[in-house]
Amino acid sequence: MTAIDLAHEPAPSTSGERKLRMNEAIREALEQEMDRDERVFVMGEDVATYGGVFRCTAGLLERFGPERVRDTPISEGGIVGAGIGAALLGLRPVVEIMYMDFLPLAMDQLVNQWSMIPAIWDLPVPMVLRTQGGAGGSSTHHSKILEAWVTHIPELLVVAPSTPEDAKGLLISSIRDDRPVVFIEHRHIYERRGAVPEEPYETPIGKAFVRREGSDVTLISWSRMALQAEAAAEALAGSGIDAELIDLRSLVPLDMDTISRSLAKTGRAVIVHEACRRSGFGAEVAARIAEEAFDYLDYPIVRLGGLDRPVPFSPVFLPEVIPLAQTIVDAVRKLGA
Amino acid sequence: MQRAVESRPGADQPAAAPTPRGQHLVGTALLLELYRRMLTVRRLEERLLELKKEGRTVGALHLCVGQEAVGIGVGAALRPTDTLGSTHRGHAHLIGKGTDLRALTAELWGKAAGVVGGRGGHQLMADPSIGLLGGSGVVGSNVPVMVGQALAMKMRGEDRVAVALFGDGAANIGEVHEAINLASVWRLPVIFVCENNQWGLTVPFRQQCAVADVAERAKGYGVAGGVVDGNDVEAVYGAVTEGRRLAVEDGTPSLLEMKTYRLHGFSTGDLGGYQPEDELELWRARDPLLLTRQRLAERQALDDDADQRCKEETARAVEDALEYAMSLPDPDPRPYVEGVLR
Repeated sequence: MTAIDLAHEPAPSTSGERKLRMNEAIREALEQEMDRDERVFVMGEDVATYGGVFRCTAGLLERFGPERVRDTPISEGGIVGAGIGAALLGLRPVVEIMYMDFLPLAMDQLVNQWSMIPAIWDLPVPMVLRTQGGAGGSSTHHSKILEAWVTHIPELLVVAPSTPEDAKGLLISSIRDDRPVVFIEHRHIYERRGAVPEEPYETPIGKAFVRREGSDVTLISWSRMALQAEAAAEALAGSGIDAELIDLRSLVPLDMDTISRSLAKTGRAVIVHEACRRSGFGAEVAARIAEEAFDYLDYPIVRLGGLDRPVPFSPVFLPEVIPLAQTIVDAVRKLGA
Repeated sequence: MQRAVESRPGADQPAAAPTPRGQHLVGTALLLELYRRMLTVRRLEERLLELKKEGRTVGALHLCVGQEAVGIGVGAALRPTDTLGSTHRGHAHLIGKGTDLRALTAELWGKAAGVVGGRGGHQLMADPSIGLLGGSGVVGSNVPVMVGQALAMKMRGEDRVAVALFGDGAANIGEVHEAINLASVWRLPVIFVCENNQWGLTVPFRQQCAVADVAERAKGYGVAGGVVDGNDVEAVYGAVTEGRRLAVEDGTPSLLEMKTYRLHGFSTGDLGGYQPEDELELWRARDPLLLTRQRLAERQALDDDADQRCKEETARAVEDALEYAMSLPDPDPRPYVEGVLR
């Protein structure tokens, strides 16, 4: 199994003109990896003929054929289990679970098979499970982010990019890694555009990215909330508060070096995520800071997370149930930064 | 596929499933070997139970006494490159697929020399070199994984099959339903073997399943299938051989229900008392070892002296493996601990 290379810096941002949406960046990563390695194949609900409900697999069926781009029955446990079995025999499946709300139907496979096999049997299961979540635009059955469910499972690497560039590089790294990777996307940033290098590249798993440097407070976030935190940092700058923003990108392994380095500078930690706050991944980040960077703290750690209730339908509820930029700004101001 | 055994036993009634004379499914030399393997499993488990009572084993154990013909027959009908997914009650499956007896006992004692270095224990052994992939302590959980193995075999055009062994309890698990349907839709080379031992822990099969035979569901999935006398090692071997042929030549999965009976409790922690004595008596009379021995005697291939020698030889091999396992050093926990993700 490959080791994590913590020494590597993330792939540099390009000044190139080419911009892609996040779903296009994901599609490009899949296409390039399928081109490079014939063991890589894709399966999931509506991924083939339709090209994925979020267009992440558009055109792959035409390019690679029905053996390597497979529409499945609506059977989450069956699909994930089949991916694990295929990976166990040396293929490299990329399995899509359309909504994270559907992931609980496959949890037995994650908890009892995918996690068990690399550790107990010492056999690689090089599968990537792609899924997406996010509040808004649909019912509570299409709104969940269950990242803490998967970070709690031993052996699984968990990745949650916020930009098209990171999405492509992290997906390529995930596919090439022999270890199990849960790749969490966000539905509401699929259309967001960003510069993406055309050639294949790896973005290291387990390495956070300092998206904005600052000296007064450290915002720690990932996925869509990293973008909200970025907006909050800009607003705070207007009132003289210089916020640093760490985009974790990987939840497991967690890049504590980058977090500690930042806290040594700022002394204030504000963790922001969209999933329910109680027992959310923010609790893990806060605990790790308390264990490993306590001496740097000047103020208690702040955790901002989703309201501990199912996400309701009307858009009116949204600012109340997930921590958007204004909520982050207010929380930082209360810190007395 | 023709039903593997036309006259099947009822859900809780054993039936005679005579092999037509002069038409052996299994040649005499192989049948003798299968008898020895079943004796090995039986002897191993009897000794494990004794050692358990003496407090010399590690952890709970699930014994397959009375069910040996299923695992031994299935394993014998497969090639080393075929893969097998086992259950928590897997000693016959493991030995049937060719697991080394010493490595197996070492794993039962959690030793470094065990099949998976003492990390898996009796429920979770795997050995890719013999196609054992692998055990499961959550009933039905590994059935979709076996389907995925068959998918890889089919995508690479290999002459291999994956066999998912599961119990009558697992037959009612949703993932098993998903897995069989997926295998059927994609025409994957899988054999689903339901080892129906009539009891899901303390609750009888007829209270857990509304149809008399799990194999009836084969039609609903669009797979081949049938009921097999799971105490008849020849019938098991024959059904799996046919299932293998269908899988690799025709891409047709099978659902084979092997009717057998758990003569002991659920696990070594089981207080027992819920299995009716008359039912136990009925199935003791159809003990797979007894049936195989009778068949070998009919073929003049095993007299009392030869039988005694078989028993002594297998007992010696078991004793050697047990002594070996108990004398081994424990694994070093450090590499496992150091492998943790942070």
